[in-house]
Parts: sequence; C-alpha cells; structure tokens
Amino acid sequence: MSAVIEEHHEEHHDHKPTGIGRWLFSTNHKDIGTMYLCFSFLMLFIGGAMALVIRAELFQPGLQFVEPEFFNQMTTLHGLIMVFGVIMPAFVGLANWMVPMMIGAPDMALPRMNNWSFWLLPGAFGILIASLVMSIMGMGSAPNFGWTFYAPLSTKYGPASTDFFIFSVHMMGISSIMGAINIIATIMNLRAPGMTYMKMPIFVWTWFITAYLLIAVMPVLAGAVTMMLTDRNFGTSFFDAAGGGDPVMFQHIFWFFGHPEVYIMILPAFGVISQIIPTFARKKIFGYSSMVYATSSIAFLSFIVWAHHMFTTGMPVTAELFFMYATMLIAVPTGVKVFNWVSTMWKGSMTFETPMLFAVAFIIMFTIGGFTGLMLAIAPADFQYHDTYFVVAHFHYVLVNGALYSIFAAVYFWLPKWTGNMYDEKLGKLHFWVSTISVNLLFFPMHFVGLAGMPRRIPDYNMQFAEFNQWATVGAFIFGFSQLILLYNIVKTVRGRRTVKATDQVWEGADGLEWTLPSPAPFHSFTTPPTVK
Amino acid sequence: MRAAIRVAGFISMMLSSSLALAEYKLDLEPGVTTFSQGAYEIHTMVMWICVAIGVVVFGAMTYAIIKHRKSKGHEAASFHDNTTLEIVWTIVPFIILGFMAVPATKVLLNMEDTSNSDMSVKITGYQWKWHYDYLGEDVSFFSNITTPDSLSLATSANVKQDETTLLDVDNRMVIPVNKKVRLLFTSNDVIHAWWVNDFGVKKDTIPGYINESWIKTDKPGVYRGQCAELCGTNHGFMPIVVEVKSEEDYLDWLAGKKAAAAEAAASAEKTWTKDELMAQGEKVYATNCGACHQASGQGIPNVFPGLVGSPIIMGDVAKHIDVIVNGVSGTAMQAFGGQLNDADIAAVVTYERNAWGNDTGDVIQPSDIKAAR
Ligand code: HEC
Ligand code: HEM
Ligand SMILES: [Cu+2]
Ligand SMILES: [Cu+2]
Repeated sequence: MSAVIEEHHEEHHDHKPTGIGRWLFSTNHKDIGTMYLCFSFLMLFIGGAMALVIRAELFQPGLQFVEPEFFNQMTTLHGLIMVFGVIMPAFVGLANWMVPMMIGAPDMALPRMNNWSFWLLPGAFGILIASLVMSIMGMGSAPNFGWTFYAPLSTKYGPASTDFFIFSVHMMGISSIMGAINIIATIMNLRAPGMTYMKMPIFVWTWFITAYLLIAVMPVLAGAVTMMLTDRNFGTSFFDAAGGGDPVMFQHIFWFFGHPEVYIMILPAFGVISQIIPTFARKKIFGYSSMVYATSSIAFLSFIVWAHHMFTTGMPVTAELFFMYATMLIAVPTGVKVFNWVSTMWKGSMTFETPMLFAVAFIIMFTIGGFTGLMLAIAPADFQYHDTYFVVAHFHYVLVNGALYSIFAAVYFWLPKWTGNMYDEKLGKLHFWVSTISVNLLFFPMHFVGLAGMPRRIPDYNMQFAEFNQWATVGAFIFGFSQLILLYNIVKTVRGRRTVKATDQVWEGADGLEWTLPSPAPFHSFTTPPTVK
Repeated sequence: MRAAIRVAGFISMMLSSSLALAEYKLDLEPGVTTFSQGAYEIHTMVMWICVAIGVVVFGAMTYAIIKHRKSKGHEAASFHDNTTLEIVWTIVPFIILGFMAVPATKVLLNMEDTSNSDMSVKITGYQWKWHYDYLGEDVSFFSNITTPDSLSLATSANVKQDETTLLDVDNRMVIPVNKKVRLLFTSNDVIHAWWVNDFGVKKDTIPGYINESWIKTDKPGVYRGQCAELCGTNHGFMPIVVEVKSEEDYLDWLAGKKAAAAEAAASAEKTWTKDELMAQGEKVYATNCGACHQASGQGIPNVFPGLVGSPIIMGDVAKHIDVIVNGVSGTAMQAFGGQLNDADIAAVVTYERNAWGNDTGDVIQPSDIKAAR
C-alpha cells in the first residue's frame, strides 16, 4: 500500500525511493540503466579474469596452469559472458539511460517490463557461473563446447551442466526480447512533438533497428537451445545423424541467429560514435540520411550472410558463392559509415577529450576489423583462415577495439550528464593510452599466428608460435589491469568529491534534447514534452 | 630528426634480432597445390587492397586531426552532405569488390572440382585421432599423436619442445606425387576439421555426412596440420602428417602396410604367451589408452578413472572386455571394438589385468575376444 502512495508521490516531486527497494522494484529508466551498466562492468571483470587464465596458459608452449578440459571451459564461458553479459547489457543500459532523454520522453514506455528484463540477467549468469563453481569443486564439468556450442559436442557429448546452460540462455533471450520490445514501444510512442523519425539522433535510430534484429533472432536462438534440450533429455534427434537428424542444421540455425547477433553488438556502437564525433568536431554529422540507410541495409544484409561462418562444412559450391558475394556486399554500407565519420571530422574544429579519443580509436580499429572481415568473406581464402587465430583477431578488433571501445567512449561522454560531475580528464587519457597500446599488443599479433597456422581454442601449441603469443599475453595483462583506472575514475566521479561540476550542456559542441536537461539529469526526464522544431 | 633515427635504429634492431630467431612466420605460405597457391594469391591481393584503402582513409583522417583542431584556431565548416561524393563512395567499393570476386570465384570452382581423381582416401575423425582408409586397397589405420604426455598438466613438462612437438603422429598418411587424390571426410563422433595449410585443404568431418576435397602436388615432402574444429578435451592434440612420396615409394609403403595387416590377422589366430601379450599390451595401451588413463594407470582424478585396483579389472573378465569393446555410452570411454583387432584387445586386457600391481595372473587370448564380440 505504502509503495503505491510513494509511487504516486514521485509523479510530482523528484523523490527517489530509498534502500534496496529502490533497485529491486525500480521502474525508473535511469536506475535500471545504471543497474545494467554496473552488471555489465562486473561481468567484464569476471569474463576478463577468464581471458587472463587463457592467456596465462598460452604464454608458453606446454601446459603450465590448467588442464585442457578446464581450458575449454574457460574459452566457452569467456565468450558467453563477454557477448551476452558485457556487450549486450551495456548497450541496453545506455539505451535505458539515453533513449528517453534523447527523444524527450519521461521514461521508457513499459517500465515494469523494464525491471523484469534486467532482473532476469543476474539469474541467468548466476546459473552459468554456478556451473563453473561446481566444476572447480570437482562436480562435473562446466560448459566446454565453445560459445558457438556446435552439436553434437554440446548435445550427445555435452556435460551435465549443458542443461543449466540451456536454461540460462533462455533467460537471457527473454530478457533481450523484452528489452527490445520496450525500446521499440518507447521510440514509436513517446517521441516529443515535432521529432519525426528523420530527426531522431543516430543513436536512437541504431537502437531502433537493433531492437528489431533482437526480436527477429533471439527466438531463433531459443529454438536452437530448445531442440538441444529435447535431443538431450527427451529422445528427439534434431541434430543427431544416427537418429536421422542433421548436425549441420544446428550451425545454420545458430548462425542465422549468430550473424545478426554480431550486428546487434555493433549497430548501437555506430550510434554512440555518431553522437560523439559531431560533438567534438563541432560540426553536424555528415550524411545523416545515408547513415540511416546504411544502418538499415546492414541490418537487412545481416540476415542473408550467415553461412560465411560455415564455408568448411561442405556446402554446395553455389551456396558458397552466394554467401561469399552477399558477405562482400556488407563492406559497402560499412564503408559508407566510416567515410561519413571521417567527413564529419573533416574541416571541423576538433578537440580531443577522452570520449573523442576513444571514438577516433574506434573508427581506426573497427575499420581494421572490417578489412579482415572482408578477407574472411573470400571463401577460398577463408579455408585457410577459418578456425585460426586470424578469426580471433578479426572478431576481437570489432568487438573489443570496436564495441567495447564505443562503450568506454559513451561512458566518458555521458557520465557528467548522469552524475553532474566531470570525470578526471587526466585519468581518462591515461586509461585511453594504456588501453590502446596494450589492446593492440594483445590482438594484432594474433593475425600473424593465425596466418602462420595456429588453430583457435587449443591450450598448447608448437614453439613456432611462441613469440607472438608472448606479446599477446603481455598485452592482455596490461589491458586487463588498465580497466581498474576506469573503475577508479567512475567511482571518483560518482562520489563527486574533488571533481568539477558539470554544466547542463557539458560539452561545448553538444546538441540534442538530453543536453537541455540539468546535470545530473532529474529522476524523471521530461515530465512535460519539449517541442522540437 | 634525432628521435626519428633512434626509433628507426630500435626497429631495425628488433627486426634483426627477430630475424636471427626466424622460426616463426607472419603470413600465409603459398603451399604446394594449385588451390593453396590460388588462396595465397587472392589473400595477398585483398590484403594489399585493404592496406591501400586504409592508407587513404586513415591518411585523410590524420590530416584532419592535425589541421582541423580547435587549438589551431580552425573554425568548423558547415557542410553536412554532398550527394555526388556519397554516390561515388558507394559505387567505387562495388567495383573494387568485383575485382576481388572474379578471381575468388575461379579459385573456389577449382577447389570444388573433385572429378577425375586417381585414388581415394577416406578420412574419419575420432575423439582424438584420425583414421585413414585407402579405398579399394584394403589398407586402413589410425594415426595418433606421438607425445601422449602433452595431454596433461602433470606430464606436459616431460615433452621435449622442438619444431614438430604436437605435430607428429605414429602413422603418417602417405600419398603419391602428381596424382589427384580424392579425400572423403566423415566422423565417428563429434565434428572435427582436417586441415593442412600447405594443401589449402580444410574440411569439416561431420557425423552422417561425407565431405569431399582433393590434393594434387608435384612436391614430395612431409606436410603437417592440426584439427581445426573444437572437438572436446583433446582437440589441441590431434595432429595430421601427410607424406608425399614418389609413385614407387608409395607403392612400397602400400605393400608394407598390406603385409603388416596380413601378419596381424594371422596373429589373431595363434595362441600367445603371457610375455608376448604383456609386451604387445603395453604398446597398445600407450597409444590408445594412456591419454586418458595415464601410463601409470592412475587416471586423472574426477575426469578419467584410475585402473589400478579397479573393480572392473580385478573382477569378471567378460565385463572388462565388454567395457573395452563396447565402451561406456555417454562417457569419454569409447568403443574400441571397431578400432583394435582381437589380438590387440586381448593384449591390452591381459596387460591391464597384470600391470601396476593388478596381479590377477589372467591371460586372455585373441580367441576369447572373438568369442566375446
Ligand atoms: C578419451 C579418454 C579414454 C580413453 C582413450 C580410454 N578410456 Fe577407458 N575410460 C574412460 C572413462 C571416462 C572411463 C569411465 C567410464 C564410466 O564412467 O564408467 C573409462 C573406463 C574404463 C574402464 C573401466 C574402469 C573402471 O574402473 O570403471 C576400463 C577397464 C577402461 N576404461 C579401459 C580402457 C582401455 C583398455 C583403453 C584403451 C584401449 C581406454 N580405456 C581408453 C576414458 C578413456
Ligand atoms: C565488414 C563487415 C564484416 C564482415 C565482412 C565479416 C565477416 C566475417 C566472416 C566471414 C567470419 C567467419 C570467419 C570464419 O569463421 O572463418 C566472421 C567471424 C566473426 N565476426 Fe565478422 N565480419 C564483419 C564484421 C563483424 C562485426 C561488426 C562483428 C561484431 C561486432 C563481427 C563479429 C564476428 C565474430 C564474433 C566472428 C567469429 C564467430 C566465431 O566463430 O566464434 N564481425 N566475420
Ligand atoms: Cu558473420
Ligand atoms: Cu578438434
């Protein structure tokens, strides 16, 4: 009863509920956004620790720290946590915070569902991590079949914990779908008067498209894991050749989800970069409408290229040609985005605060990842690259040096708006330079060992690969620990002692509704809608 | 300037010191078949096109970063679109992609053409070894890693590190030079991938499927590769070694294999002494069982059971044979019935029942296995 009264109260004043209830029962887009971001940051450290176990083992030829079986559990959980627990929740957190503020809305359209979408996540990852804890305690094995969980390794040959994994993926899927529905409902219904679709900030556009991708492909993932579940426990044989099923069908289903999934992880990043570059170039984004069309065509193409992950499965040659050509096409709209960003910088009046540094580094390193993507698209060459460290280098350039970098950029960019305090610029720059040097030391040599012939997902290797693996391990440890600088900087900014107060506009070149609100932004964004001319 | 010289000096020092080590590679190798060379050429072409585009784009960006700064007093221009430019940078990439697609298509069509082959070898992936079957020749064998010590933390340090560590097998696949060898791929359990870079062949071996590829090379030699698809615990330990020999040497090798097979078949008929069985059993155990149960028979706690004093081994012989012939379904203990002949199974059973202090004194003959199958 009292909760109801309190909620009613909030409509009029800026009173926040207090105590644990504020977070547990929150329906506020900012609080939920904060929880998503904190959760993602926590997962970054857990998944990162696993990566360091992997890199420590690969520092030298021979086995030094872990058994091959445990090594496989590390690569699997690292991949799952980074994809589903770090990148995706971080972008949902950013959307929660920024979308209502950018379109002039008071909150998300479906606030209770918003609460439920978030609170599913700790459950999902709790289950997944529990399987690892049990493995360490000597009770069976955690999932050990790679984040791509190909059948029959994950079905007939999967450890008992696979059923935990399936349940966990279902929960993540439900969470993502609800989050996506919420974002679409918010963008469609709560835009301020005058804000037509073609006036929405690019970040809102990219999330709008991403949300549709999520709704389209998360059910496909759910279908895949459900078929695994029945194969494992109820005697079906969807993926078991001996029962008339088809293990390759698993890969088609997985990648029909999986390729759009990689764009789910990069389109919001494009959005973030498209907000930051114009701000610090003090110049409008170049080619707004071509940005929107490019994003849409990338989203469309992402549905017809999935089998470029499956060139070696022995598809008919006509299918290989189709998927090769379609994949090469993605380079065109991706190129348009990069050209537009560079043109936005061209003849601007640029300054290089931390968000801009991360954004510029994003453009360069993401483009490198795009180049290797194009190389991988060439089927005959992919026979040499596939399942080697070259692919590992490719997707880390787009995901770490790309998606994660855009998240760092976004956090520095919006933190002053969120907290009302400027972050420590010196520390921000330090974080940028240490991260950028070490991340390249970490991932660039992987191109070399991959081309030289080192397969991925192996715990031990021939000594011809030793040199570059050592570089990578050194880079990994520096990169990993340099994230503590970010943690410290955020904590310091949130606490607000010895920091400078942020103005409402925060950045000199900032433009958009979110910058018209006070800093820190009030608990309820726009209670009366602003008008956009 | 002085700084630049120092940097250049440092880089050249790094380069020369690494050239001195020089066992590692930075790039793909052209390899020894038409399509490994095709793949290499197209890889090189696409890579340099990307580098060229990168130089232009990053060059423009660097120029802007240096010149168009607020701190240099640069005022922001106000343009925010340019239709001509946008059309150009949509069309030009299409044309560049066309230049890549044409040779890529050619190479791919060549790779997929397995017609008119001179001989066929069927390659089957097992957890964690390869099986080669020379179709029509009655020659088939397993190929295992030579250093089972590599597989576990406790013994890995015993392995000598050299150019072929983890890349060496007990039985090599042998093929003749200048013949088109058709390869057929399938799997006994999970998906593996057979990959030898120098041939440009990487194909998944999938249960229930038969994939095809081919090799034809004019360069005799020894070529190495590894499994390229995660296939469980010991995925990193299933190397591939292919030896390309002259036609004559190849036929000699084939005859040798046939003779050995005949000898093995004959040995299954005779009655063995305990010593013979123990000696043979130790060998069979080392190549087939030691990876999991360890040479000491101690196993790996919680993963692979130890065999010292195991109730199955100390108990009923029939149960013991059953575990080895039929495996234990749902565990890593696979069915060895199809992989080992009667003599080898008899030998390994005898060995397990008498080694490491399991002194049951039992002697099992090949005929016992035949009867038990
Ligand atoms: C890939 C790993 C692996 C290999 C290789 C392997 N085993 Fe096993 N073995 C196992 C596992 C796991 C079990 C336990 C099965 C169970 O849970 O009952 C087992 C069980 C056994 C047992 C029963 C022991 C007991 O106490 O339960 C015997 C006997 C045995 N194996 C013999 C062999 C022989 C002989 C070979 C070689 C021809 C061999 N194994 C190769 C993994 C392996
Ligand atoms: C220019 C655009 C891109 C192209 C042409 C491209 C192409 C490819 C191809 C062909 C593969 C398969 C390689 C192989 O396994 O042999 C691949 C793998 C991968 N790509 Fe991309 N890619 C592009 C952009 C991206 C982006 C933006 C992301 C994510 C943000 C991404 C993430 C991945 C991941 C995660 C894998 C590996 C999946 C796995 O096997 O575990 N890629 N890419
Ligand atoms: Cu893809
Ligand atoms: Cu493998």
